[in-house]
Amino acid sequence: MSATTAGWLQFALLVVALVAVYRPLGDWMARVFTSPAHWRAERLVYRAVGVDADAEQRWPVYLRSVLALSAVGVLLLYGLQRLQSLLPLDNGMAAVEPGSAWNTAVSFVTNTNWQGYVGESTMGNLVQMAGLAVQNFLSAAVGIAVAIALVRGFARVGTDRLGNAWVDVTRAVVRLLLPLAVVTTVVFVLAGIVQTLKAGTDVSTLAGGSQYLPTGPVASQEAIKEIGTNGGGFYNANSAHPFEDPSAWISLLQVFLMLMIPFSLPRTFGRMVGNTKQGLAIVGVMASLYAIGVGLLTLFQARAGGAATALAGAATEGQEVRFGGPLSALFGASTTLTSTGSVNSLHDSYTPLGGAVTLFNMMLGEVAPGGVGSGLYGMLMLAVIAVFVAGLMVGRTPEYLGKKLGRREMTLASLYILTTPAIVLVGTAVAIGTSAGRAGMLNDGPHGLSEVLYAFTSAGNNNGSAFAGLSANTDFYNIALGLAMAFGRFLPIVLVLALAGRLAQQGRTPVTAGTFPTHRPLFAGLLTAVVLVVVGLTYFPVLALGPFAEGLS
Amino acid sequence: MSAPLLRSGRQYVAAVRAMVLATVALGLLYPLLMTGVAQVIAPDRADGSIVSVDGAPVGSSLIGQSFTDAAGNPLPRYFQSRPSAADYDGTASGGSNLGPNSPELVAAVTERRAAVAAFNGVPESDVPADAVTASASGLDPDISPEYAAIQVQRVASERGVPAAEVQRLVADATDGRDAGFIGAPTVNVLELNLALDRELGAG
Repeated sequence: MSATTAGWLQFALLVVALVAVYRPLGDWMARVFTSPAHWRAERLVYRAVGVDADAEQRWPVYLRSVLALSAVGVLLLYGLQRLQSLLPLDNGMAAVEPGSAWNTAVSFVTNTNWQGYVGESTMGNLVQMAGLAVQNFLSAAVGIAVAIALVRGFARVGTDRLGNAWVDVTRAVVRLLLPLAVVTTVVFVLAGIVQTLKAGTDVSTLAGGSQYLPTGPVASQEAIKEIGTNGGGFYNANSAHPFEDPSAWISLLQVFLMLMIPFSLPRTFGRMVGNTKQGLAIVGVMASLYAIGVGLLTLFQARAGGAATALAGAATEGQEVRFGGPLSALFGASTTLTSTGSVNSLHDSYTPLGGAVTLFNMMLGEVAPGGVGSGLYGMLMLAVIAVFVAGLMVGRTPEYLGKKLGRREMTLASLYILTTPAIVLVGTAVAIGTSAGRAGMLNDGPHGLSEVLYAFTSAGNNNGSAFAGLSANTDFYNIALGLAMAFGRFLPIVLVLALAGRLAQQGRTPVTAGTFPTHRPLFAGLLTAVVLVVVGLTYFPVLALGPFAEGLS
Repeated sequence: MSAPLLRSGRQYVAAVRAMVLATVALGLLYPLLMTGVAQVIAPDRADGSIVSVDGAPVGSSLIGQSFTDAAGNPLPRYFQSRPSAADYDGTASGGSNLGPNSPELVAAVTERRAAVAAFNGVPESDVPADAVTASASGLDPDISPEYAAIQVQRVASERGVPAAEVQRLVADATDGRDAGFIGAPTVNVLELNLALDRELGAG
């Protein structure tokens, strides 16, 4: 079987698996967030945390709960890293430097999982488990909770209540993420991913040298890393490291895990607004953009562009033999189109146009299908823009799901689509304009610009993957990228929840002959165009200076 | 204290309590329980698939290592792994991150191609891509069947055995794609070299 045929068969298997879980998982998530009954374990949580689980919150309170949880998370994670050498299970690691500790704390709390450090020689097992992995759960749960709150904004009528953030976060963990993570961990362990408290093994190699192989509780962290679209690896090489990703089928499973929840949430959305066709339209847009991203990246990677790549004969630099070209491209496209950012091959060494695809994927704003929760709320914000554009064309007040989109609603949606590009472009400009920023580049010329642009795109969109040649573990990048991640995560959340609050208060405009149907292919096509045009064009000039210039030279 | 901060006070108390609870449940109980399960169902794999010879650990079947002498010269009696940006250091996994047009990478590929061709006595056009490029992890345990193929003759003559013998062991260490279509075919270098030493003598 040729590599190309095998590649498309892998993709086909993935699609079949995603289609198979779309309904059951989407319906389950809808039940999780609409059921009035609390589980016993959850009641214990609410009692310990001290919240009234049946009291619903207005949007500012919902927001404050989410922000409080995140802020405390940053503080705790920062403290754990700074004090690691004084705590048990430190594996002899020293305290993490302040800049790096701040960057990593923000990185994991914002679901970005940008990693400026080398995991296996920086973080002891306690920080990995009790610090990083905890935020993998919570940041994913926060993303889902915010998405659900926005969906409630569309689903509810005449109320100022959006649900209870503590309940939503707790249920996301207890009923969804934790059970999935437990099952996944068992599969991972059977496949060879390490899961031990042993710090590592010293071996004497056949050739007479020595090698130290660090180990730790990797599988349990790896599971939530992919399920929660976090992406932060135990090891520096992330999912290219054989202890994180020992075989091709496990790598394909990891791709499935990172896509499973984001692709099923539109079903949840459809269920909760009472029309699953609305969910189909959203997932249709996500899936088309995703398929284009995978297709383009696979083709560009197979064509071996770039002088060094052409000389070697294939894009195998930064690629593992067991995965091969197509599976590496599938992983690369999936990790940049979700907000995962884990990698099983190194994007910095991709062909020029292949690297451009990974950049563009993130620039779409992580909506195809995006991160857990953040993908759905991002796409719904773009849907609001699309409906507005359609309304302008026919001269009617735009409505989406019976909610009128007036001046205030559009202001919030417009600010949403401007926020991330502003963070990315301003950040890149500052870095290029300062010697501290330029000092980090590994490669010269357009590729160097791409490294910096990639870093800020990844941070601003909370992706976390890197053109890893950039020396990002410096004060400048630790602080700047930390700020980009924090603003890139929480400013959009403020806007999303504010919009959700306004929508929930509205009544529902009845459907008339003049209503623009938002479950038909016409709307899906319009939304796709809006995603590509509005978001894509924002970045065209800088893409032209970076990867396009390199690809055409 | 400003009004919004005061209003947030209650949320912060809840957040601190929630974080303590999450740290205990998700940060300690979950990974420790999973470690317990792992150590029962697959203890060897959970500890890193360590391979031992006569009771002494010589490596992990999942992790690549270099088969060079102390000076860094490739040992002709062993199949050689791919180039590694981490020099097969287990504590510093990673790749070169050199871009596709990097002059440094062009030079490295040119040099490696000549060296691999000369070492194995094959024309440069026979040297496959994985032999001249560094992996993503720096710890790639595998080489492609094509790279293994050009090393058979050299290993066989170094060990003074028929090439067919070595060829048979290469075939044993070769794995096709998972389930026939996932990933790419591989030859596990450590397993292959262990088999060479075991069946053909330590050479």
